[in-house]
Amino acid sequence: MTSFLKRAKYMGLVLFAVLLTCGSLQAKEAALMAEDPVVEKRLIHISEELRCLVCQNESLASSRAELANDLREEVRKLIRQDKSDSQIKEYLVTRYGDFVLYRPEVKPLTWVLWFGPFLLLLAGVVGMVFYLRQRQSGSSGKQVLTEEDRRKVQELLKSGDAP
Amino acid sequence: MIVEIGHFALILAACVALVQGVLPLAGTAFDHQRWQALARPSAAVQFLLIAFSFGVLAHGALTDDFSIKYIAEHSNSLLPAQYKFASVWGGHEGSLLLWMLMLSGWTVSVALFSRTLPLAMVARVIGILGLVSTGFLMFILTTSSPFERLLPAAPDGRDLNPLLQDPGLVIHPPMLYMGYVGFSVAFAFSVAALMSGRMDAAWARWSRPWTVVAWIFMTAGIALGSWWAYYELGWGGWWFWDPVENASLMPWLFGTALIHALMVTDKRGGFKAWSVLLAIGAFSLSLLGTFLVRSGVLTSVHAFASDPKRGVFILIFLALVVGISLTLFAWRAPKATLGGKIGLVSRESMLLVNSVLLVVATGAVLLGTVYPLIVDALNLGKLSVGAPYFNAVFVPLMVPVVFLMVPGGISHWRESRLKELGQDMLVPAIAAVLAGLAVWTLTERGSWLTAMGTALAVWVVVGLVMQIVARLQKPGRIAPSFWGMHLAHLGIAVVVVGITMVKGYEVERDVRMGLNDTVSIENYSFELTGVSQVDGPNYKAIRAEFKVSKDGQFLELMKPEKRKYFSSAMPMTEAAIDTGLFRDLYLSLGEAIEGSTPQWSVRVFYKPFVSWIWYGAILMVLGGLFAVSDRRYRNSAASVA
Amino acid sequence: MKKFLIPLAMFFGLVIFLAVGLNRDPHEIPSPLVGKSAPAFSLHTLDPNAPLFGPQDMKGKVWMLNVWATWCMACREEHPVLVAFSKANQLPIVGLSYKEIQAQDEPAGRKLSPEEKLQMARERSALWLKRHGNPYVLSALDLDGRVGIDYGVYGVPETYLIDKEGVIRYKRVGVVTPELLQSTILPLVQKLNAS
Repeated sequence: MTSFLKRAKYMGLVLFAVLLTCGSLQAKEAALMAEDPVVEKRLIHISEELRCLVCQNESLASSRAELANDLREEVRKLIRQDKSDSQIKEYLVTRYGDFVLYRPEVKPLTWVLWFGPFLLLLAGVVGMVFYLRQRQSGSSGKQVLTEEDRRKVQELLKSGDAP
Repeated sequence: MIVEIGHFALILAACVALVQGVLPLAGTAFDHQRWQALARPSAAVQFLLIAFSFGVLAHGALTDDFSIKYIAEHSNSLLPAQYKFASVWGGHEGSLLLWMLMLSGWTVSVALFSRTLPLAMVARVIGILGLVSTGFLMFILTTSSPFERLLPAAPDGRDLNPLLQDPGLVIHPPMLYMGYVGFSVAFAFSVAALMSGRMDAAWARWSRPWTVVAWIFMTAGIALGSWWAYYELGWGGWWFWDPVENASLMPWLFGTALIHALMVTDKRGGFKAWSVLLAIGAFSLSLLGTFLVRSGVLTSVHAFASDPKRGVFILIFLALVVGISLTLFAWRAPKATLGGKIGLVSRESMLLVNSVLLVVATGAVLLGTVYPLIVDALNLGKLSVGAPYFNAVFVPLMVPVVFLMVPGGISHWRESRLKELGQDMLVPAIAAVLAGLAVWTLTERGSWLTAMGTALAVWVVVGLVMQIVARLQKPGRIAPSFWGMHLAHLGIAVVVVGITMVKGYEVERDVRMGLNDTVSIENYSFELTGVSQVDGPNYKAIRAEFKVSKDGQFLELMKPEKRKYFSSAMPMTEAAIDTGLFRDLYLSLGEAIEGSTPQWSVRVFYKPFVSWIWYGAILMVLGGLFAVSDRRYRNSAASVA
Repeated sequence: MKKFLIPLAMFFGLVIFLAVGLNRDPHEIPSPLVGKSAPAFSLHTLDPNAPLFGPQDMKGKVWMLNVWATWCMACREEHPVLVAFSKANQLPIVGLSYKEIQAQDEPAGRKLSPEEKLQMARERSALWLKRHGNPYVLSALDLDGRVGIDYGVYGVPETYLIDKEGVIRYKRVGVVTPELLQSTILPLVQKLNAS
């Protein structure tokens, strides 16, 4: 081999070695905790409407408690089985009761809850309309001073009896 | 020894409060001037006694006196001094003492700043406050004394919840309590008006500054609580519709309605009965909040340890105070004269709509909060009502409230012409619609929600800028209350922007990271460069170090931690937050993950405009301060019979 | 004027609900499983030589299922009560060891195999029961918590009473106290035994 070729081979080897090391030193983009983003998206959507049972007042989506992790894994499994949102919620309600629903269902038991504010608003608006109507014919509209009133005011001011 | 004296001071204070409650009121009933004159001095004495008592407890905390049961339960010798002081109100008994300190403080302030008020009025107001004080002091003395001894004394305290070892703890409860208790003043004024049978506009004018100050504190307290939860709890949430949070929101909503209704009562003598009702309601909601938090009726992350016996006492107290007030209302309010005519389109009618909407919103929050209780009480099962309900119901109710800020400011008293209004509002309307459309179409995740939030905020801001410009062109000094109104409304617009942006455009990445792994959001990248063990004064922690780069350039290091406090089994997450004007970067360190190489679960958040939520609150507080500084309110009584 | 009485009336209603609510425990969440068949399962038990166990093995008997773990602090509080109760031989008590092996039990850098987990769980549980007393006729091992989910477990310890047909008749979340045994559990056991 000529010395040039030898050097080239040597350089090539060095280059190869450098590239190899660079490759392994290169910082990796971190892997998502979730394995499947599509499943994960559904999971987040569903679990935001479920309650973390051990956390007092957190959704299943945001809690990092152990039971929450387990339940989220369970929901993932059900999602992969192509269960619908309502089926998944039903699954959990059968085991944990209505309490696990963060968003209460709209059923006769919760009609007052869901429609109450609207009814209250209606009552408020109706009451307000009645009240405003009444106040239309309150004391007279524009207060116009008659000549007589004007004279009286002048007198009062002059006499220094102003309140 | 001093502890027993502190306890005795409380007993004395209860007696003084009783005197303060009964005699001045009797004095007004029987026209006995001497008794009426007892109001101010007894208020002063009560304040001094309670301040002394509070001082004793604080002293016990600061000197590690673990022979006091309360201090042993809520403090620890390892705590830094400020947290020892804060432990005074960290638990149920101590927080009640703080409540009393503030109640007596507000009362004595009324005594001091009421020189221009007729004695009879002062006597009634202070008398009513005295009765409320008596109730609270009896509650403390019979069920919740902070001065119980622990003998033999504990060798050391059982630390505070580590979550509470934070500067936020030192400020948030006192601010909130100042607000809760502050509404008692408007309450006392309105009940005094009912008692005297003279429901004229005078009580409204006197109450306004007191109500605004209470509102300012309430706003600050709620905002601080939200901010504290955001940076302390470690997962970036800032409002959870937790029952205790709702307990503070409800009086705030009523307080806001009250501030606006009082304007009408003051200026035009209208809404007299309504304002009285709102004033009673605001304080009733404060008392209700106290009940909800301390009785164990509802579950909440930050309720105090529950005790049904205490619950019974508070409930009876609540029933008496509110029941008697509302009975008085039903009896006397119908006699109130109506004010002048109110046009269908006028500032008054807008303020009325504001009142109705805020009251309905409060009703919705109350309904959602107690519904689980009602269902359970009727033996219909157990269900839970969470954030999805409140968001669905509350937000639509608040949209028109915010919308009304513009026409409310522009419209005239008594009557406004719809056409004129329409013309004035055209520019803000166009700006709002354009902004909304722009956000919807031009941003990647724009939706009708982000469009509406943006449009609403732009509507308010353009509207108030136009009003300011128009006013500046007119001659005459501009009253501070004018600036106050617009600052406060600007604050709301800023909060709306914050909430809309963060809810609409927040990005979260839930990743597993090993050393030198990176995760990117927008134009930021986060590289995990190290994980180490750290020893704190009363905890051990795992600290991760992240190299943060923006557009490829090194920006800073962020170091989230997971702490294990010696006193608690639960690990605490100390998130690393980079607060910016237009975005927050939020890093939360999770658990280590088993695997061939060490990895950790990390949650990375990009939260646009989230700080605007709290900047907006600051603006609201400033607005309130401007409004209160307006001398027209404070020199009021002289001009009113 | 009647309308001025509305606020008082509404307030009065609220107070009544709050008063009733004071007697309720908001933490106590009733189980929807009461009245339903105990969900089937097939788990290893502490005894390596015994066959897999499932609720069908207890058909014809009234029995108690107690969910526990060695890491559970509250279980330690309840355990002596159960041990004493088991000596009265009123009914068989079956233990369900829930997630005995936790994340921190795994050595750094390596995931345990199911067999290793099973062995570790058996050893630790057996040792614990030897030290604190064994009220159980057998203890099934729910290592990954899946059976717990089927039974709606969210806070250990939890206890179920199951009748002769395999239907869950009672669930208790939290420690079993002597008072609870006397007032609720024993009477129910007697009733179920009679039917």
